[in-house]
Amino acid sequence: MQGMKKLGVGAVALFLSLSARADFTWNFPEPVTPMALDTLHVHNKFMLITAVIFVAVLAIMIYSIVTHRQSKGYKPVADKAPSTAVEIFWTLIPFAILLLIDFVIMGIPAYHSVVMMEDTRDQSTMVIKITGSQWRWQYEYLDGDAKGIKFVSNLATTNDQMHNAADKGEHYLLEVDNPLVLPVGEKVRILMTASDVLHNWWVPQFGSSRVAVPGFIRETWVQVEKAGVYRGQCKELCGKGHGYMPVVVNAVSKEEFAQWATKKQGEQQAANDVKEMTKDELLAQGKVVYEKNCAVCHQVTGAGLPPAFPALTGSKIATGAIFGADGKYQKDSHLDRVLNGKGVMPAWKATLNDTEIAAVITYERNALGNTAAVDAIVQPAQVKAARE
Amino acid sequence: MSTTTVAHHDEHHDDHPTGIMRWLTTTNHKDIGTMYLTFSLVMFLVGGSMILGIRAELFKPGLQLMNPEFFNQLIGVHALIMIFAALMPAATGFANWMLPLQIGAPDMALPRLNNWGFWILPPSAILLTLPFTLALFGVGDGALATGWTFYPPLSVQGGIGVDFAIFAVHLLGISSVLGSINIIVTIYNMRAPGMTLMKMPMFAWGWLITAFLLIATIPVLAGAVTMLLTDRHFGTHFFDAAGGGDPIMFQHLFWFFGHPEVYILLLPVWGFIPQILQTFSRKPMYGYKAQVYSLWAIGALAVVVWAHHFFTAGMPVPALLYFMYSTMAISLPLAVLFYCWIRTMWKGSMSFETPMLFTVGWIILFGIGGLTGLVLADVAADAQYHNSYFVVAHFHYTLFAGGIMGIMAGVYYWLPKMTGHMYNEKLGKTHFWLTAISFNVTFIPQFFVGLAGMPRRIPDYALQFAEFNMISTVGAFVLGLSQLLFVYIIISCVKGGKKATDKVWEGAQGLEWTLSSPPPYHSFTEQPVVK
Repeated sequence: MQGMKKLGVGAVALFLSLSARADFTWNFPEPVTPMALDTLHVHNKFMLITAVIFVAVLAIMIYSIVTHRQSKGYKPVADKAPSTAVEIFWTLIPFAILLLIDFVIMGIPAYHSVVMMEDTRDQSTMVIKITGSQWRWQYEYLDGDAKGIKFVSNLATTNDQMHNAADKGEHYLLEVDNPLVLPVGEKVRILMTASDVLHNWWVPQFGSSRVAVPGFIRETWVQVEKAGVYRGQCKELCGKGHGYMPVVVNAVSKEEFAQWATKKQGEQQAANDVKEMTKDELLAQGKVVYEKNCAVCHQVTGAGLPPAFPALTGSKIATGAIFGADGKYQKDSHLDRVLNGKGVMPAWKATLNDTEIAAVITYERNALGNTAAVDAIVQPAQVKAARE
Repeated sequence: MSTTTVAHHDEHHDDHPTGIMRWLTTTNHKDIGTMYLTFSLVMFLVGGSMILGIRAELFKPGLQLMNPEFFNQLIGVHALIMIFAALMPAATGFANWMLPLQIGAPDMALPRLNNWGFWILPPSAILLTLPFTLALFGVGDGALATGWTFYPPLSVQGGIGVDFAIFAVHLLGISSVLGSINIIVTIYNMRAPGMTLMKMPMFAWGWLITAFLLIATIPVLAGAVTMLLTDRHFGTHFFDAAGGGDPIMFQHLFWFFGHPEVYILLLPVWGFIPQILQTFSRKPMYGYKAQVYSLWAIGALAVVVWAHHFFTAGMPVPALLYFMYSTMAISLPLAVLFYCWIRTMWKGSMSFETPMLFTVGWIILFGIGGLTGLVLADVAADAQYHNSYFVVAHFHYTLFAGGIMGIMAGVYYWLPKMTGHMYNEKLGKTHFWLTAISFNVTFIPQFFVGLAGMPRRIPDYALQFAEFNMISTVGAFVLGLSQLLFVYIIISCVKGGKKATDKVWEGAQGLEWTLSSPPPYHSFTEQPVVK
C-alpha cells in the first residue's frame, strides 16, 4: 500500500507542476445552459458521494492490510461454523447504503433531469434543423427572424497545421468557416438528422448531445444564457474525418441575431441568383469549393485515395461528356455524380447551391491535371435546369 | 483403473503423438488450457502493440505517424483482439486447467469439442488481422475501421475489413459457445461425490453463470452481424431507414450481447479472486452464499440493461428511466461482493505474495471502475460522458484493472501448480508495481481530458488536451513494456525454478492443491470425496 500512496502523491505532484503552465481543466467546462448547469451539479454530487465511499472503503482496507498481517504475527480469527443468517444480514448493509444512494439521493434528481432534458417543446421559441454529413454540419433555421437561412459549416483549420507544416492556431481543429449563430436566452428546439452515417452534435458547455441518425429526426434543445463563442466536436465515430467536424456556436444578443439574420438572408438571396459566369470566375470559386468539400477524400491534387476514394485526375467521369444530344445531363455523368452521389460519394444537391456546383465541376474538369474535351464549362443555369 | 500412479498413465498412453501433432490432436484439458493461455498472452501483446501505435500518434497534436483511416482500424481491432482473443481465452484457459482440478473431475466432459473450440481461435485471429496485410499488397483498404461496435451505416459503407471482422466474430462466437457448453456439462455432471452446487468453488460458480450468459447472448451478436452482412452485400435494409430499417436497432442487438459481455469477462475473475483472498488471508471466504446470490443477480441484471450504452441515441423518457434505474441496481450486488471480499481480508493473517498484491490492487482499481460506472448510469450526466475519454478511462478501469489484472493475479496464483516451479517472487512484485502505477498514469489523465470535452476515437485533438495526452502516452508505454517482464517471468517459471510444493501456498484451500505440482497428465482417475 505504501506504493499506492506514493503513486497518489507522485501523480498529484506531476499534475500540479504541469498546471502551472497549462490551462487545462479538472472538471466540465463552464456551463452556459440550464442543462449543462444541471449536469455539472449531478456530476459534482455524484463524484463527492463516490469519493466518500471510495476513501472510506480504502481506509478500512488499508487499516486491515496494515494490522492483520502474518508478518506482524496476527492470527486469523477462528472460523465459526458459517452462520449464514448473520452473514447475509451483514451483507445487506452495503446493499442498503447503495439502495439509498441509487434510488433516493441520486435517483430522484436524476428523474427530474431526464424529464427536463427530454422536454424540447415547452416554451421553445425557435426551431433549427441540424444535419450531420461526412464530415461537416449543415444548419437550417426553420422559423422566426432567420427563417430559410441554410448553410454548411466546415472545418477551417488548414492541412498544413494538421501535418505540422505550419504553427497550430489557438483554436486548432475547433474552428469553422460558418459558425451556427443563436440568440441568447431563447430556448431553441433542435431537430437532428444525418445524411449518411451516425454523427453526434456535441458542445460540452451546453450539456446536450444527441446522435444524428440518417432517416430519422431526433430532438434536443439548448438555451444559451451567456453571449460568447462555444466549441465542440462530433462524438460518434463517422469515418476518417470524424476528428475534423467541429461545432462552433456563436451566441449573440437578440438584436444582433436579428441583424445577422437579415444580412445572411440577403447574401443567400444573392447567391441563389443564377448568372452567367466566366471560366476564370468559375475556376476561382471552384477551387475554394473543391478544397473545402472534396479534397478530404479526393485530395488537393485530385489523386484520390484508391480504392475507396478514386482519383479525379484522368477520371472518365471528370473528363467525359455530361450533356446528351437532348441537352439533358446523362446518367453517371460528372454532373449526375456530384448532384446525386453514388455509394460512398455523397449527394451534394442539398448542400451546395447552383453556382457552387457549377464552379466545382468546372474546376475539376480544367484543373487537377484534367482538360476536358467536351462540356469543359458548366454554368449555374445548367445546374439549375438539371435540378428540375 | 485401480491405481492412480503417474507411471501407469504413461504406459497406458504410450501411443500419444508428440511434437505439433500432440497439440493439434490433444483432448487433454491441461494441454488445451495451456494452449488457450498461451494464445491469450500472444494476442494480449498483439493488441497491446496496436494501442501503443495509437498512443504514440496521440502523444502530441497533429498527425505524426499514421493517417486517420489507419488510426480507426487500429482502435477497432485493438478492442476486438483484447476482448475476444486475449481476455476471453484467458478465462477459458483457466476454466480448462482448473475447473476439473477444483471439482475433482478427470477431464472436461467433452474433450473433442474442447479441442475444436480452441483450434477455431487462431484462424479467427488471422481473419481479423489479415486485411492489414492484404492492404499492403493493394487488396482492399485495410481492417475494420468502425470501432469494435460495428455501428451501421458506417459499417455498411466500410471495406472488406468489415466482412473479415464479421466472419472472425462468427468463429470467435462459435468457439465461446462450444467452450460454454463444455463447462456447463462438466460442472453439472462431473463434480466429485459430496460436492453439492452450494459447496462448489466460487470459480466454478463464476464460470457457470458466464457460460449461461455466453449461450444466451452470442447468438444475438451472430444474428446482428449476419444482418449487417446481408445489408452490405445482399440488398437487405435491416439498418437502413430508406428501406424501412433502423440503424439504432443494430445498437440494441449489439449491446444486448455487448453489455453481458462485460460480465462474461469479469465473472470468472470474480470467481477466483475470493479464492486468492482466502488463501492469503488464511481464513475461509466470507459470505459464500451472499456471493453466489450476488453473482446470479448480476448475471440476471446483465441482460436487461443494455440500452445504457446509447442513451444519447434518443429514447422515450420511460425507457431512459428504466435503463437508468436498472443500471444503477447493478451496484447493489456489487456492493455485496466488495463487502465480502474486504470482509474476507478482515482479521485474517495476510501475507502479500504477488497474487495477493494483484488482488488488492485489483479491488482498488476495479472499485474506481465500478464507481465511475455508477455515475455513467445517470442519463443527464451521461450526455456529457458518452463517447468522451471519460468513458475510455472508465472501461479500462473495469476491463484492464478488473479483467486483465485479475487474470494476472490468477496466473501468479496457479502458475506454480501448473508448472511445478515457483516464479521469481521479486520480479513478480516488480511487475505488479510497474503495472499498477503505469496503468494509473495512463488512465487518470483520460478522466480529466474526457471531462474537458475530448471525444474518443479521434486521431488528432485540440491544443487544450495536449498535456494530459502526453502523460497518458508516457504511462501507456511504461505499461506496455512492463508486460515484457510478465512474459519473461512466465517463460522462466515454465523452464525451471524452485520446486513448488503440492500445496504451494500455506493457506491454499481446495481440491487442486491436493494434487502434485505439476499435476499428473491425467488427474483424479479415482474420484475424491468431498465431505
